[in-house]
Amino acid sequence: MRTLKDAKVGETVTVLRLRGEGAVKRRIMDMGITKGVEIAVRKVAPLGDPMELNLRGYELSVRKADAEMIEIA
Amino acid sequence: MGNWPGVTVEKKEGRLRGRKDVVIQDLPGIYSLSPYTLEEVVARDYLVGEKPDAILNIVDGTNIERNLYLTTQLIELGLPVVVAVNMMDLVRRNGDEIDLEKLGQALGCQVVSMSALKGEGGMAAAEKAVEAAVAGRAGELPHVFTGSVEHAVAHIEESVSGMVDAGYLRWYAIKLFERDEKVMESLRISPELADHLEAHIADCEAELDDDAESIVTNQRYAYIHGVVSRAVKKKAAAHSLTASDRIDRIVTNRVLALPIFAGIMFLIYAIAMGGWSVSIGTRGTDWANDVLFGEWVPGLFHSILTGVGVAEGTWLYGLIQDGIVAGVGAVLGFVPQILVLCFLLAILEDVGYMARVAFIMDRIFRRFGLSGKSFIPMLVATGCGVPGIMASRTIEQDRDRRMTIMTTGFIPCGAKMPIIGLFAGAVFGNSPLVAVSAFMIGIAAVVISGIMLKKFRIFAGEPAPFVMELPAYHAPAPGNVLRATWERGWSFIRRAGTVILLSSIILWFLMGYGFEGGSFGAVEDMNNSLLAAVGSAVAWIFYPLGWVGENAWKLTCATITGLIAKEEVVNFFGIAFNYAGEADLMEDASGLYPAIAAAFTGLNAYSFMIFNLLCAPCFAAMGAIKREMNNAKWTVGAIGYMCGFAYVVSMIVYQIGGLFTGETTFGVFTAVALVLLAGIIYLLVRKGYQGEAVRNLRSVSAAGI
Repeated sequence: MRTLKDAKVGETVTVLRLRGEGAVKRRIMDMGITKGVEIAVRKVAPLGDPMELNLRGYELSVRKADAEMIEIA
Repeated sequence: MGNWPGVTVEKKEGRLRGRKDVVIQDLPGIYSLSPYTLEEVVARDYLVGEKPDAILNIVDGTNIERNLYLTTQLIELGLPVVVAVNMMDLVRRNGDEIDLEKLGQALGCQVVSMSALKGEGGMAAAEKAVEAAVAGRAGELPHVFTGSVEHAVAHIEESVSGMVDAGYLRWYAIKLFERDEKVMESLRISPELADHLEAHIADCEAELDDDAESIVTNQRYAYIHGVVSRAVKKKAAAHSLTASDRIDRIVTNRVLALPIFAGIMFLIYAIAMGGWSVSIGTRGTDWANDVLFGEWVPGLFHSILTGVGVAEGTWLYGLIQDGIVAGVGAVLGFVPQILVLCFLLAILEDVGYMARVAFIMDRIFRRFGLSGKSFIPMLVATGCGVPGIMASRTIEQDRDRRMTIMTTGFIPCGAKMPIIGLFAGAVFGNSPLVAVSAFMIGIAAVVISGIMLKKFRIFAGEPAPFVMELPAYHAPAPGNVLRATWERGWSFIRRAGTVILLSSIILWFLMGYGFEGGSFGAVEDMNNSLLAAVGSAVAWIFYPLGWVGENAWKLTCATITGLIAKEEVVNFFGIAFNYAGEADLMEDASGLYPAIAAAFTGLNAYSFMIFNLLCAPCFAAMGAIKREMNNAKWTVGAIGYMCGFAYVVSMIVYQIGGLFTGETTFGVFTAVALVLLAGIIYLLVRKGYQGEAVRNLRSVSAAGI
């Protein structure tokens, strides 16, 4: 299964589902990463982590460890 | 609302200008009403517990979809809500259009526009909120949920109606559907009712093949997406680059980000704390120390005091001039530097660069249990620990913030430089390695503490998700910047007037008075002062650190005086070793070298230096710790930890170093030092209290369902 962590910079992907549960998952979903949303991967920070995303018209940064919970098409 | 660095994290209360009867409560910036973060719980306890008359929800017009997510939750509380769409100037400049009327109809509440940056519409929005509060009527709830979710929520509403305030019914029903533990507890749901509700929730989950929390979030965002696509016309295509993105292409660029970051940090350092002609902060502080508190204020007090008949040499003159004016002046002298620094940092915050700093630096700091946002406090602390500790305010994660506050004081600040200089010159033949090693020890103390503390339950737990919004860049608002600068500067000045004033008086008294020639009074020889008595009485504590012999009390007392301001250590040695020269010891302490060289060996000089670099910071910084921790236990804990860590490190250095130099022989304290060293190493390599494994397990087991 591909996760957001594997997405390339410049790619636009659609979220299939989120793994995990509890606070971390809720926080990610609260920020707008929900089933079916389109995410553009903007860049990766200079030291390789975290990554910068564009979704729902704004910029969000997530760590790769968290991005691994997001399954994408 | 948002929670990127630089946004309110505490509640603030105020009154509406011109309307004395209207109280406005500013709540922490939040993204949701979930039960998982402190800010969200604070906000939600207030909204549910205190039943405000109306909610004014200020949303970012440039990022309306994500912002309306909270709005829909607020509306469900059943309170009158007014939505103010902020940053309308930017929305217009982007060529976007927001149909406020349509938005209001869809949400069932009043929607107005404003621009805090331009100062437009803020008052009008507040007036609307007052009107809504007076009318006291909430609009009709929007139909956020559909199908089986609405069905289940309606059932839950039926089951718990009568148990909760009618207005809040929908909110409670949704929270129960989400299995919100805090709400379940507060309602004291009986086991039978819980089973009944659980049946509805489980049915719905089975039908939609997802967990309840996710179902609610999904449907909420789907609803908002529908509303936004009807009411908002975006000029640019989705995911297209905005002006802010184009700036970011350079500022957080893979190659350029670090050099740009280093450049900006250097610039701030140069302007606020450096020693060049552009260093406004340093020049201000030099002026304050040399002229304002060096000549003018003492001169003024001299004329006032002699004017009212208090002659030089009397105890009252001594108390005011040597105790209060000198003590408080030493601290207030830092005000110009702090103001300049706070001003520059406030600009960076307001512009939106702080979030980028966290983005760039996160990788490094995460390794030792801190976050990217911890960098700024550490950097600032190389100048002065007080604004450094204050800068930790922008870290919204409680645990990270506390850890940053506890470790920021380890970084050698400007006032510790004279101590380092004194020993480098007197004992180590001016070796530049001494200063370098002092910095290294400071940084190592931060890293080691970070890794060690993370192993304890109180700092452990699942790593907080670093899910951070990168707000769009915008021009700084002069009002915001000046207010932030003043608030921080003033809190520093106020402390100088209280804690520092008091401690200056006490120390002046201890140093100047004692038993001499059989009677109590002002002493000629400081060896007879109360301070010397106190120092001698407690000097044994530092025996394992190698502070032995006839000078032991002087070292102890120097450390105590260092609490006023660290450079006082050097001044104290000046007095204690009967320095008779004319030179200002801050500028040139070489006259003191022979006495110091005679009193110290290389090893106990180093042990003394380390202890003073790492132990409790000056009173001003302790005050800052107290303010930022906002909790007596944590304040005492932080200062205690710093002293304890300093003590342990100095002891290890002296005892084990001494075996090599032949200064100590193997004894009880050597054994203790070895045990402590082993303990630190054990904590460093030991597996975390609750580490990555737990997190992975969770996601894996969930994926297996």
